[in-house]
Amino acid sequence: MSENELGKKWDRCLADGAVKIGAGLGLGIVLSVVFFKRRTWPISFGLGTGLGMAASNCQNDLRSHYVLHGRVKEQEQ
Amino acid sequence: MLRLSVRVADAAARRRLCQRGPRIILQHSRPYTEGNTGGSAAKIVAAGLVSLGGGIGGTVLYAKWDSQFRTTVEKNVPYSDLLFGLALGPATSLDSTPTKKQLELAQPPSLMLEEANSSKNKAKKVKKAEVPSVTAATTPASNIEEAAAEASHIISAMGEVPSVPAPQDSEAPKEQCEECHQLSPPEMALSSEEPSEPGDVLTAPEEPLKERPAEEVTARIAQQDQADQDTLAFVSDKLEDSLASSATTTLQAIAAQEAALQAILQHTQKLKEAMETEVSAEQRSSHWKDLEDAVCARSRNVEEAGAALVQARASLDSLRAVVESAKDSRVAALRPMVLAAEENLHSMTVDLDRAVDKVQSVESEAKIVSQYSELVNEAKQQFQRELSSITPEIQANWKGLSGTLSVDDLNALIAHAHRRIDQLNREMAEQRVREQVHIEAALEQQKLEDQKALEKAVSLAVEHNLERARLEQERKQVELREVMEAEMRTQLRRQAAAHTDHLRDVLKVQEQELQAEAEEVLSSKMTEQETRYRQLTQEQLDNFTLDMNAAYARLKGMEEAIDSHVIAEEEARKAHQLWLSVEALGYTLRSSSLDSLTRPLEPAAQAIRESCQDEFAVALAAALPEESLQRGVYSEESLRARFNALRSLARRVALVDESHNSLYQYFLSYLQAALLFEERQEAPPAKISSQDLDPFKILSYASYSLEQGDLELAAKLVNQLRGEARRVVQDWLVEARLTLETKQVVSLLSAYANAVGLGTTQAP
Repeated sequence: MSENELGKKWDRCLADGAVKIGAGLGLGIVLSVVFFKRRTWPISFGLGTGLGMAASNCQNDLRSHYVLHGRVKEQEQ
Repeated sequence: MLRLSVRVADAAARRRLCQRGPRIILQHSRPYTEGNTGGSAAKIVAAGLVSLGGGIGGTVLYAKWDSQFRTTVEKNVPYSDLLFGLALGPATSLDSTPTKKQLELAQPPSLMLEEANSSKNKAKKVKKAEVPSVTAATTPASNIEEAAAEASHIISAMGEVPSVPAPQDSEAPKEQCEECHQLSPPEMALSSEEPSEPGDVLTAPEEPLKERPAEEVTARIAQQDQADQDTLAFVSDKLEDSLASSATTTLQAIAAQEAALQAILQHTQKLKEAMETEVSAEQRSSHWKDLEDAVCARSRNVEEAGAALVQARASLDSLRAVVESAKDSRVAALRPMVLAAEENLHSMTVDLDRAVDKVQSVESEAKIVSQYSELVNEAKQQFQRELSSITPEIQANWKGLSGTLSVDDLNALIAHAHRRIDQLNREMAEQRVREQVHIEAALEQQKLEDQKALEKAVSLAVEHNLERARLEQERKQVELREVMEAEMRTQLRRQAAAHTDHLRDVLKVQEQELQAEAEEVLSSKMTEQETRYRQLTQEQLDNFTLDMNAAYARLKGMEEAIDSHVIAEEEARKAHQLWLSVEALGYTLRSSSLDSLTRPLEPAAQAIRESCQDEFAVALAAALPEESLQRGVYSEESLRARFNALRSLARRVALVDESHNSLYQYFLSYLQAALLFEERQEAPPAKISSQDLDPFKILSYASYSLEQGDLELAAKLVNQLRGEARRVVQDWLVEARLTLETKQVVSLLSAYANAVGLGTTQAP
C-alpha cells in the first residue's frame, strides 16, 4: 500500500540510520580506539558520518521516486 | 325519366334563383313539378293499361275463334293456357266437328239398335255401335279389298310408330271409336234418330289427325278384336239359337207335314176303301167312323201342319233375317257360320218345301179322291134323293134300314136303279163321246195345272237351284276367301317376316344409336359426376388444406407464442438470473468487513458471464477490473476508514513534491501538519478551480464527500493532490478507482439487469 510506503521508508530510514549511526559509532569508536587514541572526534565523526549517511540514504530513499533514471539505449543502425 | 329531367331543371332553376335568394320562386316551382308529373304519368299509365287490356282481349277473342291459334299461343306463351281456360273453357281439338261425328254414328246405330233393343244387355250396345261404326266406315269397299287395306293400314300404323300419322281409313274408325267411347248411350240414341247418308261417313275429318300412340293402337285393335269376338259370339249364338229354333220348328213342321201327309193318305185310303169296298153295314159304319176319324185327324194334322208351317216359315224368315244381318257384319269368321246357316236354312226350306209339295200332291190326290168320293157321295145322295123322292118313307140313313124294305120300295128301287143304269149308260155313252173332249179338256187342264205346277216346281227348283248356286257361290267364295286368306296370311307372314327383319335391322341400328347416345349421355354424366366429384374432393381438399393451414398457422402461431413465451420466459429467467447474479455481485461487493477486501468478484462475474450471453452484460462483466475479479475490491467503509488514516499522512507530507523532497521539507511538512488546523469536513463548493485547492482543503473536501458517501468526488478531489501526498494516497486512489469502477460496472449491470427485468416482466 502506498501509504505504508512512507512508513516503511521511515522505518528503513530509521533502521538504516540506527545501523549507520551504530556503525559509525562503532567505527568511530573503533577508529577512535584504534587509530585516534580514544578521541571523541572519530566517534562523533563516525556518528556524524553514520548519521549523515543515514540522512542521505533516507533522503535518497524518500526522493527515490522523483529521481529520473535514464538508460542508454543503443542506437539502431 | 320525365321526373328526373324536371328535377334537374328544378335544381338548375333553384341554383340560378338561389343567388337572388327568393324562396317564393322555389315554392312556385314545387307545385309545378308535382302537378305536371302526376298528370302526364297518369296519362301514360292509363294509355299503357288500355293497350295491354286491348291486346289481351283481342288475343282471347281470336283464340276463341281459332283454336289453332289458341294452341300455338298456349305452346309459346307459358301460363296462357290457364288464362284461356279461365276465359274460354277447356280447349278440345274435336270441338269443331261434333255434328259430323253424330252423323257418322247415326247410320250404323240405326242398323243395329233395333236388333240390340231386343237384346237385354245395354252395355253391349256401345260395343255393338262400335262395330257397326267400324263397319260403316268401310262399307263401300269390298270385303277382300277392305281386309287388305285394313291389314296394310295396321302394318303401316305399327311400322311407323314414331311420328307418321296413321292413314285416314284406320284413323277415322279410331276417331269414331273414340267418339263412341266419348258419347254416352242417350246421345247415341238421340243421334240414331237422325237419318243420315252414308256419303257423309267418309268425308275427310277437318280436325287435325291426331296420331295415337302404339299402345292405343294395339288397344284399339285389341278392342276391335274383342268387339269382333263379341259380335261373333253374339251373332253365332243368335244364329245357333235361330238355327236351332228354326230347325226344331222346321222339323216340327216337316213332321207335322209328314203327319198330315200320312193322315191325308190314310184318309184317302180310307176313303177309297170306303168308296170301293161295298161291305157290310157295320164295317161301313166303322169305315165311315174311321173315315170321319181320318177326316178329323187329317184336318187336325193339316191345321197343325199349317200352323207348324207358318211357325217354321216365320222362324226361317227370322233365321234369314239374322243371316242377312250377320252377313252384313264384317267379321270374317262369321262367314262360314253364316254360310252353314244359310245352307241349313236352304236345306230346311227345301225340305219344308218338299214336304209341303208332298203334302200338296197328296192333298191334290186326296182332293181327287175326295172329289171322287164327293161325286160318289153326290151320286149316292142323288140316288138317295131319288129314292127318297120315290120312296119318301125311307129315311136318309137307309143303310141301317136294309132289312125293312117293302116290295114296292124294292121295285121302285129297282126301277129307279134301272133307270139310273140307263141314265148312266147314256151318260157313259155321252161320256165316251165327250171323252176325247173331256180328256182333251182334262189334258188341257192337266197341262195347265201341270204347267202351273211345273212352273211352280220350276220356279221352286229354280229358286232352290239359285239358292244352291248362291250357297255354292258363297261356299266357293268362302273357300276362295279362305284360300286368299291363307295366301294373304302367308304373304302377310312374309311381309311380317320382312317387316320383322326390317324392324330388327332398324332396331339394331336404333339400338346402336341409342346405345351410343346412352353411352354418350352416360359418359357425359360420368364426366360430369367425375368433375363434380373432383371438384368436391378438390373443394374438400382445399377446405381441408385451408383448415389445415389455418390450424397449422394457428399452431405455428401458438408455437411461436409459446416459443416467444418461452423465449420471453427465458429472457425473463435470464434477466432474473442476471439480476440475481448482479445482485450476487452487488452482495459480494458489499460483503466486506471494515478493513478487508470483498470477496473476489470472479465467481459472481463468472456467474454473470455464464448466466447471460448478453453482449452488454458480458462486456460489462469483462469491463470489471481484473483486481476486483481476482482480489476483490475495498468497500466504501474500508476506503473511508483508510482515508481517515491516510488523511493525516497526506497532511504530513503535504509540502513534499518533486522539487521539494528533502528531509528538511519533510520536517517542514510535518511541522505544517502539526500546526495547521482545518475543518475536518468541509462541503466542497459546486465549482472548484485548481488555484483554490491545497491539500488540506482537498482532504477536508474529500473527507466530507466520503462522509456523504460520494467516493467519486472524494477520489476526484484526492486526485488533485500533488507530490508526495499523491504518492502516499496513490494506492488508496487506485483502490478507490477500482472500487468506483467496479461499483460503476455493477451499477450499470444492475441497472441493465433491472431494465432487462423490467422489459421482460409481463404485466398481468
